[in-house]
Amino acid sequence: MCDQTFLAITFGPCDNCSQNKPLMNIYLKNEPINYCSLCVELMACQGLAKGETTNTLKAESESLKAKLEEERAKLHDVELHQVAEKIDALGQFVMKTRRTLKGHGNKVLCMDWCRDKRRIVSSSQDGKVIVWDAYTTNKEHAVTMPCTWVMACAYAPSGCAVACGGLDNKCSVYPLSLDKNENLAAKKKSVAMHTNYLSSCSFTNSDMQILTSSGDGTCALWDVESGQLLQSFHGHSADVLSLDLAPSETGNTFVSGGCDKKANVWDMRSGQNVQSFETHESDINNVKYYPSGDAFATGSDDATCRLYDLRADREVAIYSKDSIIFGASSVDFSLSGRLLFAGYNDYTINVWDVLKGTRVAILFGHENRVSTVRVSPDGTAFCSGSWDNTLRVSAYLRSSGESELRNILYNTV
Amino acid sequence: MAQPSSCAQSSNGVADESPNMLVYRKMEDIIARMQDEKNGIPIRTVKSFLSKIPSVFSGSDIVQWMQKNLNIEDQVEALHLGTLMAAHGYFFPISDHVLTLKEDGTFYRFQTPYFWPSNCWEPENTDYAVYLCKRTMQNKARLELADLCAESLARLQRAFARKWEFIFMQAEAQAKVDKKRDKIERKILDSQERAFWDVHRPVPGCVNTTEADIKKSSRMKQPHKTRKSVYGLQNDIRSHSPTHTVTPEVKEPTEDELHDQIQHCQEQLDRHRLKMSKVAESLLSFAEQYLEYDPFFTTPEPSNPWISDDVTSWELEACKEAGQQRVKRWAFCFDEVMKDPVGREQFLKFLESEFSSENLRFWLAVQELKKRPIREVPTRVQEIWEEFLAPGAPSAINVDSRSYDKTTQNIKDPGRYAFQDAQEHIYKLMKSDSYSRFIRSSAYQELLQAKKKVQPQNRPRHTHASLC
Repeated sequence: MCDQTFLAITFGPCDNCSQNKPLMNIYLKNEPINYCSLCVELMACQGLAKGETTNTLKAESESLKAKLEEERAKLHDVELHQVAEKIDALGQFVMKTRRTLKGHGNKVLCMDWCRDKRRIVSSSQDGKVIVWDAYTTNKEHAVTMPCTWVMACAYAPSGCAVACGGLDNKCSVYPLSLDKNENLAAKKKSVAMHTNYLSSCSFTNSDMQILTSSGDGTCALWDVESGQLLQSFHGHSADVLSLDLAPSETGNTFVSGGCDKKANVWDMRSGQNVQSFETHESDINNVKYYPSGDAFATGSDDATCRLYDLRADREVAIYSKDSIIFGASSVDFSLSGRLLFAGYNDYTINVWDVLKGTRVAILFGHENRVSTVRVSPDGTAFCSGSWDNTLRVSAYLRSSGESELRNILYNTV
Repeated sequence: MAQPSSCAQSSNGVADESPNMLVYRKMEDIIARMQDEKNGIPIRTVKSFLSKIPSVFSGSDIVQWMQKNLNIEDQVEALHLGTLMAAHGYFFPISDHVLTLKEDGTFYRFQTPYFWPSNCWEPENTDYAVYLCKRTMQNKARLELADLCAESLARLQRAFARKWEFIFMQAEAQAKVDKKRDKIERKILDSQERAFWDVHRPVPGCVNTTEADIKKSSRMKQPHKTRKSVYGLQNDIRSHSPTHTVTPEVKEPTEDELHDQIQHCQEQLDRHRLKMSKVAESLLSFAEQYLEYDPFFTTPEPSNPWISDDVTSWELEACKEAGQQRVKRWAFCFDEVMKDPVGREQFLKFLESEFSSENLRFWLAVQELKKRPIREVPTRVQEIWEEFLAPGAPSAINVDSRSYDKTTQNIKDPGRYAFQDAQEHIYKLMKSDSYSRFIRSSAYQELLQAKKKVQPQNRPRHTHASLC
């Protein structure tokens, strides 16, 4: 007696073409479906075609990128530090911490200067946003945010408001009241809404617009009064960690950097990505324009800072050392652009000669990661915030041996 | 379903890693070099009173090696980097819970790779309880729990009251296994285990180097890699099946994204670029020009408030009169005049004398428009149109026909950029025409030659001179 094999076939309307045919019972994404054999084959072919298209597109993109690099390299006739050999080397700079601001109960994550050159706003993991007169070290205002991890804060150009946000995915604006007793939280205005954490925020030249960057991979421009989205900027393929507005009066661009290792320059009017740079080996934590607006610097987890020039359309300098192995979290330029201040995850601040590429100072003092470094609006000092809960304002202490023409006349310190 | 790859490849062939891993790898490279037989740090066994101290090297050995092999000129820098490596647990002082590097005869030992932070340890408190419990079972005086450890143990006993029997049993089992080991080996392993816990349960006041930046933590949480139990207790996630791994954070680009990338590249290829030599010269000359305005190079007048505790320079800056240094800056480029409110005021006065002030007033009005809330924009656009561009406008400006036509179109649907083309045209006009005349004008030259600000009389230790 021979075995008989029975094959049970269902017969019925195909889920796809609706024709009555013998059906194949298959699973798509764990869901059972019943397709006829023709539809199954078509589906398989489409899948194949799709895969092929993506691959060819990828190949095209890669070859174009390579061609772009070739074009950029053609005009690279000399290195910046070679041209800079003809200028004098800078001596070692002795920086002194002149103010230490204590008051946050947890890591300081962000800070910003007021245009009056002495006030600052800082935000912390403890959920607090504090406005200080850094010159007197007095705390002038304090707000407790509903969520902790306030990763971004910014001072309004008028000095009359501050913006902040973080894990709440929002950017909120608080008008600063002269009345000390007034509850700032009551006047809070929710402006930006992202779908992931807010990494950075900045007012444009006005109290009325805010530019934000987010872990959702986008940047956005908002109207403060109405909360309306004016323009959004898509192009990063991962979290955007930082942005900076171009310094010019006629400027209409900003630069952003993110976890996709890219630094993108954007046109604020059209929302277009007008220039893109990808040479870092890890996340770009911070971006800052060179004071002339023709270049910008980046600080990255690959332990380097780099300078990119917009006219040359390429990276023009790398600031690194064998002994610096921890990521750079924050960068800023001195007023002339000759010095680059960079805060690192190894608790130090390194000061670089932008043109020659050498390091001219290293500051110890913080007891945990430096999360933010900003030079004051008139360039007289820089403020650093750290995971050790403090902020420090430091300046260049000219040694008594040196003298300058003006000093002879005015006999200053 | 296909198995997701455990890590994506970036274009240079290096596996994409979380930022922490990058640093761990660099530290581990240094450790490997330190442990090299020929060129590394000499490790030795030291004879002490009644016993031997195995496998140690001194703090100064480390610092010297680092200065020699890592290109570090400054001793302070070497100490700092070494302290960080100790704080991460790559080597540790054998008789201290506080993980720092001292440049003296203090003894240090290398940590075993099993305990390295790159193994993604996130040990649970149950493990810590087992460890502390085990320590109490090793009844030698010098292994008595330090105050802090005893406190921690007491706290954990309360927290895990119901589990305590289980924890105790684990500790007993561990202690038994340890007893069987060779004495020297035990010394080394005990110290390494203790150092591990010093990293993950640091002494109060010490930095917890396992803390991560929350923005990056989503990428560092790799459940298929995280190890939660040092002693193989049941909660260890590693025992989970590999098919339940989380998909990697880097998403494959979609077809649309690829199309965008390709288009972007094609647009970029046509960009006009400057030669590097030109760019370098420009950067150098900018820095040189502004050096005298940079307080890190030129002390502000009369002093840097942060250094001298005297705010006079800020007060001077705020007043309406502009000092010579400030006026000089307006000649650098047109943007400098436009950035400075006093500069704009002077330029406006000059244009009034030339009967072309409507240009600047238009430009300023448009800048102001862009700063207003969006609600006010339509009205303002209409007002600016009426004032400057409409037929018969009181302050008519001259724009090229193309910009005029575009603007006429734009005001039908008024937005913040309605006057963008006209504004750019006017800016170029002012820059190429009026600005150069302004700089050459007698009004500007007078400001430039103005007397330097004289110091107030009551400042001690100051002489003052007036320059004509």
